[in-house]
Amino acid sequence: MPEIKVEGLSHVYSPGTPFEKVAIDGIDLETEHGELVGIIGHTGSGKSTFIQHLNALLQPSSGRILYNGEDINATKASRRNIKYKIGLVFQYPEYQLFEETVFADIAFGPKNMKLGEEEIRERVYEAASFVGIDQDYFDKSPLELSGGQKRRVAIAGVIAMRPDVLVLDEPTAGLDPEGCRQILSNICEYRKETGSTVFLVSHSMDTVAEIAERIIVFNNGNISFNAKPEEVFAHAKELEDMGLSVPAPTLIAESLKAKGLPIDGPVYTHEKLLNEILKAKGANKDA
Amino acid sequence: MLKDITLGQYFPSNTVVHRLDPRTKIVLCIVYIICLFQANTWLAYGLVLALTLSVMALSKIRPSAILKGLKPLIIIIALTCLLNLFYTKGTPIREGWPITYEGIERAVQMILRIVLLIAGTFILTYTTSPIELTDGLELLLNPLKRLKFPVHEVSMMMSLALRFIPTLIEETDKIMSAQKARGADFESGNLIQRAKALLPVLVPLFVSAFRRADELAVAMESRCYHGGEGRTRMNPLKMKKADAFAFILGALVLAGFIILRILL
Repeated sequence: MPEIKVEGLSHVYSPGTPFEKVAIDGIDLETEHGELVGIIGHTGSGKSTFIQHLNALLQPSSGRILYNGEDINATKASRRNIKYKIGLVFQYPEYQLFEETVFADIAFGPKNMKLGEEEIRERVYEAASFVGIDQDYFDKSPLELSGGQKRRVAIAGVIAMRPDVLVLDEPTAGLDPEGCRQILSNICEYRKETGSTVFLVSHSMDTVAEIAERIIVFNNGNISFNAKPEEVFAHAKELEDMGLSVPAPTLIAESLKAKGLPIDGPVYTHEKLLNEILKAKGANKDA
Repeated sequence: MLKDITLGQYFPSNTVVHRLDPRTKIVLCIVYIICLFQANTWLAYGLVLALTLSVMALSKIRPSAILKGLKPLIIIIALTCLLNLFYTKGTPIREGWPITYEGIERAVQMILRIVLLIAGTFILTYTTSPIELTDGLELLLNPLKRLKFPVHEVSMMMSLALRFIPTLIEETDKIMSAQKARGADFESGNLIQRAKALLPVLVPLFVSAFRRADELAVAMESRCYHGGEGRTRMNPLKMKKADAFAFILGALVLAGFIILRILL
């Protein structure tokens, strides 16, 4: 049974007014437990609206979402509980920090779950270590931290609820390359250790290409592609028409191939590109 | 959703009323209110109503739009109506009943007065963009500068406030969603619990409001903003023929109402 099943999901903003807008137009989707799914799409393609349906923050205009076979919008209680099962980290999550200390802020989610004090403490430590926040910071005000640290504290605030599915909306937006790399490796590490499903929303192909196992491309409220990265990036032309680009390594590989270098198979990560170039150079030497 | 609140109901269009100078519209709106509060006979109310309807037709406002604006005031209107209905002395409509004929008349007139007052100001905000409104107000209040009243600063504050209302609403929406995703509950509990539940929204909201203020101040200064002294406009307001016509019309209407009041 798929972990998450989306059936004919549509969402219309401000229905019945002149500002009516169809954000999602009847999409179907299935994901299995433990997958790392990348979601990409242009601004306004409906991807942010979509992920807010996953934990019942928005209710579908039509269609439904099943989590382990149960409709998440069935009752008020199920709408509430799904938020602990499917953790959603918003864009620029650092702006939602509000507690006086880093510890209290990470503990906000577990506290809302009405857990015991000991359990909360344990989860805060665990979540903080996942995102590499040292215990020395626990008593500091979140406002004293740097941008990257704030973001990692905010992500820890969601991880501390131990969700089975972690959804991150543009987790690397506005960070420097080092901060980006760190957050992405934190996410991969977290997934490896907990085996949870991860949805990574981004408009940057490079980010998604590096770590996603499956890519879902949103365009105008519909899903255009839902496939493995190499299959999606083979459609460079269509992606460009949607205002998206293929990852930089793919572009470089393509132009090298055009120059006559023997480059094998689909290339979309930096690592693969490096290997292929080294291989091609070696081949040239031999010849 | 918070997003569905309509603030600043300005609706861009190109009618005669839209094209009038904002100063004209503000002054005429004041004249209109004076006329409305002068009205004490059915004839006068009828005239104001006819005036309102014709301006609405000129500016192509659908009556449903005004009705929507009246919705939040329904309690105040109902209360005024009831008070006037029961507490006006006069001849009871039946022996021993607390409702009098005068009470009914007063109640209907009061409802008319409130509805027309809102309709009039609605026409102003519907046909004038917030920027035009504050510009017009600034120029109208200009004489107060002699009394050391900071006219430009006040109007700048007003336009900034208006500009940031939608931004802050959007931000509140976002923060509320983010905290809901962490299990925050804004819908259940008693009053104190609910007020407490708002803390996780208010703190980030204030933090971001201060941040925005700071950024905006830097952005304004780096474009050499230094108050109103010597500042010129990209689109200076200019009175046109239509404005003169509107003023004459307004003066005539006002005079008419004063004469009506004296005669009747």
